[in-house]
Amino acid sequence: MMRRDLAFRALAAVRGDAIVVSRYSAAFEWGAIAPSPLNYFGIGAMGQCSSFALGLALALPHHKIIVLDGDGSLLMNLGSLVTIAATGPQNLVHFVCENGAYEVNGGHPIPGRGRISFAEIARGAGYPHVFEFDDVTAFGAQIANVLALPGPVFGTLKLVAAGELDIEYSETGGGEQRRQFKEALKPLLAAPAR
Amino acid sequence: MGQEHPGPRGSELIAALKEARVEFVAALPDIWTSLGFLWPLSRDPAFRLIRLCKEDEGVSICSALAFCERRAILSMQYTGFLDSVNSIRGTAVNYNQPVCMLVGLLAKEPGVAPKDAKRYDIRITQGVVDAMGLDHLLIETSDDVPLLAPAIERAYERSRPLVAMIGREVRP
Repeated sequence: MMRRDLAFRALAAVRGDAIVVSRYSAAFEWGAIAPSPLNYFGIGAMGQCSSFALGLALALPHHKIIVLDGDGSLLMNLGSLVTIAATGPQNLVHFVCENGAYEVNGGHPIPGRGRISFAEIARGAGYPHVFEFDDVTAFGAQIANVLALPGPVFGTLKLVAAGELDIEYSETGGGEQRRQFKEALKPLLAAPAR
Repeated sequence: MGQEHPGPRGSELIAALKEARVEFVAALPDIWTSLGFLWPLSRDPAFRLIRLCKEDEGVSICSALAFCERRAILSMQYTGFLDSVNSIRGTAVNYNQPVCMLVGLLAKEPGVAPKDAKRYDIRITQGVVDAMGLDHLLIETSDDVPLLAPAIERAYERSRPLVAMIGREVRP
């Protein structure tokens, strides 16, 4: 099992100019570790992180889009795995942060904790590249290669639960943050990146 | 009765989407719009069709495309609209995003306002649209189709969601 902050630091080291879409506890931690106007923290509707990322991936096919999904969130939108795999965006990398708990809602366990395999579900949905990481050293060593693969790529990050989190929602995903995100997208619309 | 009140043609709806510069269509099939609209649209190279597993995915996809200044529409049955209310609330309404939806009102009687429909399902769809304060229009016949492109234009200009309810089965 990995500590989420350490896994995120490893990802941040190779993130480059990728857009990162995340929600809830992953968003709060990622925002603290890797602040950027190219972070999108939508907290409006649980489970929608992956679908929002698919829209970005379709609009910006030459730009890397990374999703930091939650396990409870992904369980709410499992169909998005099939939609993403069928649509086939080569620029999309979809990580699920599996800690087995609804951290921002009291720390309750997710259904099927310890028995389900998100990697198997993603493989069955049609993702061509699927990974599982439970060791931060291995993750750090492989993450650059994972990001370089043609997507859609799926990766489970096996994390230790952080316990119940006390989150200040008003500071994350607000209107000013969305305005900054939209501004940051403008140069990408005019001149596609890698 | 049905012959006296023919529904809009799919080709007219497709032309309206082109006029409104819509490029992406996120959709789940709806028997009300399937034959006349979605099948021909699926073969039209002017559109990128994203086939969804569940309608609320489409709300987020359309919202993300709008962030990137690309126009999209979400096509679904009223059941999918009702199922997507939380996503529409959180992603489109609260975030002021121009998510434009085509919503088929399966089995609504011709010439009857949705709020007065016999079917509970149709009546509450109109009620939910009103309660959420969503901009909306009703497309019953070909005469209503010219309203669609300007409504989509306004949605993007004002950055507000839009519901275009399809009140009759769409003809090929």
